[in-house]
Amino acid sequence: MVDLILSIYEIPVINILLKIIVILVPLLLTVAYFTYAERKVIGYMQVRIGPNRVGPRGWLQPIADAMKLMFKEIIFPSGANKVLFTIAPTLAISTALAAWAVVPFGAEMVLADINVALLYILAMTSIGVYGVILAGWSSNSKYAIMSTLRTAAQVVSYEIAMGFALVGVVMAARSLNIGDIVGGQSGSGIWGWYMWPLLPLFVIYFISGVAETNRAPFDVAEGESEIVAGFHVEYSGILFAIFFLAEYANMILISIMAALLFMGGWLSPFDGIEFLGLGSSFLATSSIVWLLSKTAIFMFLFLWFRATFPRYRYDQIMRLGWKVFIPVTIVWIYVVGIMYYGELSPWFVKG
Amino acid sequence: METIVFYVFSAFMILSALMVVTVHNPVRAAFFLVLTFFSSAAVWLLLEAEFLAVILIIVYVGAVMVLFLFVVMMLDINLAELKKGFVRNLPFAIIVALAMFTMIFMVVGSEQFGIDKFAIPERHASDYSNVSALGQVLYTDYVYSFEIAAVILLVGIVAAISLTLRRRPNTRHQKIEEQVALKSADRLRVVKVDAQARKYSLAKKTTGSEGEK
Repeated sequence: MVDLILSIYEIPVINILLKIIVILVPLLLTVAYFTYAERKVIGYMQVRIGPNRVGPRGWLQPIADAMKLMFKEIIFPSGANKVLFTIAPTLAISTALAAWAVVPFGAEMVLADINVALLYILAMTSIGVYGVILAGWSSNSKYAIMSTLRTAAQVVSYEIAMGFALVGVVMAARSLNIGDIVGGQSGSGIWGWYMWPLLPLFVIYFISGVAETNRAPFDVAEGESEIVAGFHVEYSGILFAIFFLAEYANMILISIMAALLFMGGWLSPFDGIEFLGLGSSFLATSSIVWLLSKTAIFMFLFLWFRATFPRYRYDQIMRLGWKVFIPVTIVWIYVVGIMYYGELSPWFVKG
Repeated sequence: METIVFYVFSAFMILSALMVVTVHNPVRAAFFLVLTFFSSAAVWLLLEAEFLAVILIIVYVGAVMVLFLFVVMMLDINLAELKKGFVRNLPFAIIVALAMFTMIFMVVGSEQFGIDKFAIPERHASDYSNVSALGQVLYTDYVYSFEIAAVILLVGIVAAISLTLRRRPNTRHQKIEEQVALKSADRLRVVKVDAQARKYSLAKKTTGSEGEK
């Protein structure tokens, strides 16, 4: 019996499908409880309690929300292009989930270990903008099209700053493979992480990530006070829920990428350095727990930003992207080049 | 398996390329062009050119076509007008297409690139990196052409910016550097005001009492 199960597991298609399930089910659960965490965290920051009615302390709230949205009617606006109207959320969610194929969770825990993993993630997030564009255009609504134009311009602008920030990481790691990038940060604990030599790029990467996922304070795409709900103003029921799911999956993706590229991924901060005698304890071993806790820090930052900052004015968003971030990244790429030739220890020592 | 993938994506590519020129709505044509790029990226993946395939998606699908759609969506286009031109120009278009096709076939057809002329390229091992292979060639053998291309692109950027960098004299602009440098003290003045007695009601009371006298 065990042999039979093992032999079934060895079939490539089934093996890959099982791995996909193992990645996607926890991801979607995280998305569901991320929305709950968002409402609770922002609630406490605003001296409220947040959702506390459904289940003990409101823990079943995301389940209730999902059920409600699933059973609601899908309304097609008159004059809307039905085919494109339904393709739009599909495109948004499929690219948001497809990007997770190359995300490693440990030294060997990766679904697709490809050479151009970093570029693949950039490509998937850049296709994701078509979900927004299609939704805005096919809705046949003025608010939706306004939001689409805003989003398209914003995402394309911040993609450049983000790409330049990643160039610094690629120069330091000499690889586009995410596993190799994490491996390049090992050896000297917290000081070996790329966030120290690439600090400006790290900050720019995360802020561009916030802008690219259209989250506050860069959420002019759904500026409630100006254009109601933005590109998904005409969406209801499950189609709206799918947009929501894609947005949160993208936020988690940006968080885990920041943890992997700049904060050593699954490496322990005490790995290889002597600190309070922790050198040999379980805290010094690298594991997925470190990766997930680092990711959680960035996920919390997303919520903190939303509770703290007022929305940017649109021309200021564009100015920040083009006139501040892109020049800073270009200058820092030169600095990285100098550090590379100086073989600055411990990051740029050629192995 | 690979052959099936190749034919599926090639069929997608050719069909969507056909739709780009036959569809009447320009926004839909742009979307079909996106699909064409996407399928050609998939075909490139089969050629073990994963770097080029992903770059094609990032640059053309993720950036160029977004800007393209941006422009097309803003245009006010009369669809009926477009339909008229299609039938009238069809014979001419077919002649041009056939001429182009024969020219392309003469250059890269089976005469020049058949299997009898070139051996089937060998499969690379799974550790083959298209990125480093490309970088090796680009920065050594072809470094001058690479740099010339870079300079031409730079000239293009400068030209495009100088074309749009004209300002009408009477327009008003926000000076963002001034806005950013602003402190709250520049706009807000806190004035100390002494507490004052309520003059009106006091005066009324005194006049009233004076009247009684």
